[in-house]
Amino acid sequence: MSRATTGTRSLDTGTIVGWTRDNGVYVAFAVLVLFNAIFTTNFATTATLFNLLIQVAPVLIVSLGMALVIGTEGIDLSVGSVMAIASAIVPLYIGYGWPVAVLIALVVGTLAGALNGSLVAFVGMQPIIATLALFVGGRGLAQVLVGGQLQIISDPTFLALGQAEVLGIPLPVIIAGVLTLIVGFVVRRTTFGRYVLAIGGNRAASYLSGHPVRAVLVAVYAISAALATVAGVLATARLSAGDPSTIGILIELDAIAAVVVGGTPLSGGKVSVVGTVMGALVMAVITATFIMNDLPFTYAQILKAVIILLAVYIQRGRGSV
Amino acid sequence: MNEQAPILKAREVTKRFPGVLALDRVSFQLLPGEVHALVGENGAGKSTLIKVITGVYAPDEGRVLFGGEEVSFASPRDSQAAGISTIYQEINLIPMRSVAQNVFLGREPRTRFGLLDSERMNREAAEILGRYGIQADVTAPLHSLGLGTQQMVAVARAVSLDARVVIMDEPTSSLEAREVDTLFRVIRQLRDENVGVVYVSHQLDELYEICEKVTVLRDGKLVHSGDLAELSKLQLIATMLGRELAEVERRATGFGENREVGREPVLRVRGLTRRHVLDGVSFDVRPGEVVGLAGLLGAGRSETAKAIFGAQPLDSGEVQMAGKDVKTGSPPSAIKAGIAFLPEDRRSEGIIPGLSVRENIVAAAMPRLSRVGLVSEKAQNELVERFMERLGIKASSPDQPVGELSGGNQQKVMLARWLCLDPKVLILDEPTRGIDVGAKAEVQHLIDELAEGGLGVIMISSELEEVVEGSDRVVVLRNGSVAGTLSGDDISEENLMETLAEGGSSENGESAGE
Repeated sequence: MSRATTGTRSLDTGTIVGWTRDNGVYVAFAVLVLFNAIFTTNFATTATLFNLLIQVAPVLIVSLGMALVIGTEGIDLSVGSVMAIASAIVPLYIGYGWPVAVLIALVVGTLAGALNGSLVAFVGMQPIIATLALFVGGRGLAQVLVGGQLQIISDPTFLALGQAEVLGIPLPVIIAGVLTLIVGFVVRRTTFGRYVLAIGGNRAASYLSGHPVRAVLVAVYAISAALATVAGVLATARLSAGDPSTIGILIELDAIAAVVVGGTPLSGGKVSVVGTVMGALVMAVITATFIMNDLPFTYAQILKAVIILLAVYIQRGRGSV
Repeated sequence: MNEQAPILKAREVTKRFPGVLALDRVSFQLLPGEVHALVGENGAGKSTLIKVITGVYAPDEGRVLFGGEEVSFASPRDSQAAGISTIYQEINLIPMRSVAQNVFLGREPRTRFGLLDSERMNREAAEILGRYGIQADVTAPLHSLGLGTQQMVAVARAVSLDARVVIMDEPTSSLEAREVDTLFRVIRQLRDENVGVVYVSHQLDELYEICEKVTVLRDGKLVHSGDLAELSKLQLIATMLGRELAEVERRATGFGENREVGREPVLRVRGLTRRHVLDGVSFDVRPGEVVGLAGLLGAGRSETAKAIFGAQPLDSGEVQMAGKDVKTGSPPSAIKAGIAFLPEDRRSEGIIPGLSVRENIVAAAMPRLSRVGLVSEKAQNELVERFMERLGIKASSPDQPVGELSGGNQQKVMLARWLCLDPKVLILDEPTRGIDVGAKAEVQHLIDELAEGGLGVIMISSELEEVVEGSDRVVVLRNGSVAGTLSGDDISEENLMETLAEGGSSENGESAGE
């Protein structure tokens, strides 16, 4: 990249950077798919596709909440730990029936998120610090809940959540798809979505326009945690066991990467739901490409790092004047 | 009277920013042992001049001489090392570290082995503070002290750097009266030690108490420099605002024709009080009336506006709309009661630059445009279309990001945001600042039109002419309280300046504490 030197930004450079920022993720996705379709054996099959989508589903669900949080100029580091808490709660209460277990997990997760949001909205803590506490403590708490051991779950209806197929499509993929549509609708069509964008775009202006800034911040973190709980439940069902020590590890980084690569700026004020989906897919396809071609996974991580840096670099033009 | 060579001199300094000439061939000179007031309204160029002197900015033209030699400091650190210390309005020390550590920040005394010599540091810090009569435990963390004492520590630090010039930018804004006395004692001591002091403040009384010389800037230009004692307060204000004392006749812009004003107040403001900020501000606004809120910078104009709108915390005070109490401290309550507020700083508090013109216009109307949390696109688009046309907002489409519009069009978008709520009282904080002449006339015309339609308007403006011509009544604020009210034929630039300078009836500068 030789363009976009600091300070003087000519018009055409600005346009190119702008276009890349808005569409880069689609180009990257198309290139990756094309590459694999040609060079990777068995890539263009339904089995591979569904496998890929199942891998993506939890990351995508978490990314949707992350996109809302980032839209308010925040960040949520605690999502992986919230998944772990969900994974610990389900086996504890599965005896009362799976709906009860899932409901309790959702309530606990949402409350934890609301706590994050309250620290940001009322105490005025930096989002990264406010959610760091739950990031660190949450997984520990989850492990205590299950007594430090993997809890096998055998309730067949519950396991179906992660393993069944409807009309040939894996259930987690359907759930992720439906949640994507809902979040997309919320961002575009609801007052809540407008508040999120306004708060991220200019918090003082949003407050002076009479927006319920604090309530929206609390809600955004609560939603992020609720979505993380859903992801945790699906991952638990897929694994057939509650395992807080592995579930959701490092997912916050994948989610942040998906959101940023998808064109949602960390500076807030804009949320691209479609971009987030593509961002999550790009990351998953990169992993799949390396695994399916028997290449060392380390290189996949390096390539991901390069793509994240590139995405942030391109968005940098937005913040500077 | 003084044969000494100036210690600090700025010669014909010019500084440009994109679209703004911040300093236009400004010269300034400071003698050793002189306390020199630097005054001017917002945007006059005071801070830019200070920043050029201290090396934050490099001047585009002109030279800065320190101790007779031309200097070009690359950073504030350089100027500080050379002997120019600056004390800012906000204390820029480290709250968690001890007083002594702050005094010696960046030049801590060391032992023979290169380790911190805390004992010596504490001893010397106590000495320095003691010399200026500042009482504080040097080992206590800075944040445990009162704001005033913290400011004193900043002064002590500046002095202990062997400064030959000390620049103080609004040093008293957070100080109690007693602390101001201590500060003045320190300044006098500095003066006796032959240190040159540049003193920036909006408190005229303070200037007259402590300063000998004054330099007045306006719109980036030097307009006056000389002995302060030669200027009366009124003359000083006239110089700051750029008005000849004789020049009082109304100019014929047609802004502010006489209007029918309703009898019963629509807005009643009583005893708005906030420590250090507002001190019992009370006034009424009637339907169809434009009430000008005048005052020098720091008098509490914007704070009063925000307090009425619920965006400024209050210790006490009441706001009533049409006889009913409005919950203070909550913009949504104020909006619901029919109060609208156009903030002064469009960039930081008004527009949401990344969002479209449409979304910016409906930002405050969101609750009305939606049912069960869903935005009604149809109602929204109708509203946006109507107000873009009514206010003549020029944008390529309602989808254009508002950050791309000109200042005037952004201001119209802001007005549209509030007018589409059909408010009963509209508070305008500097409605014509930073917009071009054409847009300014349009906005002024609109204000007239709205008032004729029965809207109660509160208008804050730093332009005397705008206040005088546009207002049916002018409430003058001074040090956070109402210094006087002008109405009818009494509204003239001369009367206004007199009230700004001397206040109406009571002097309450001394007891403004509680």
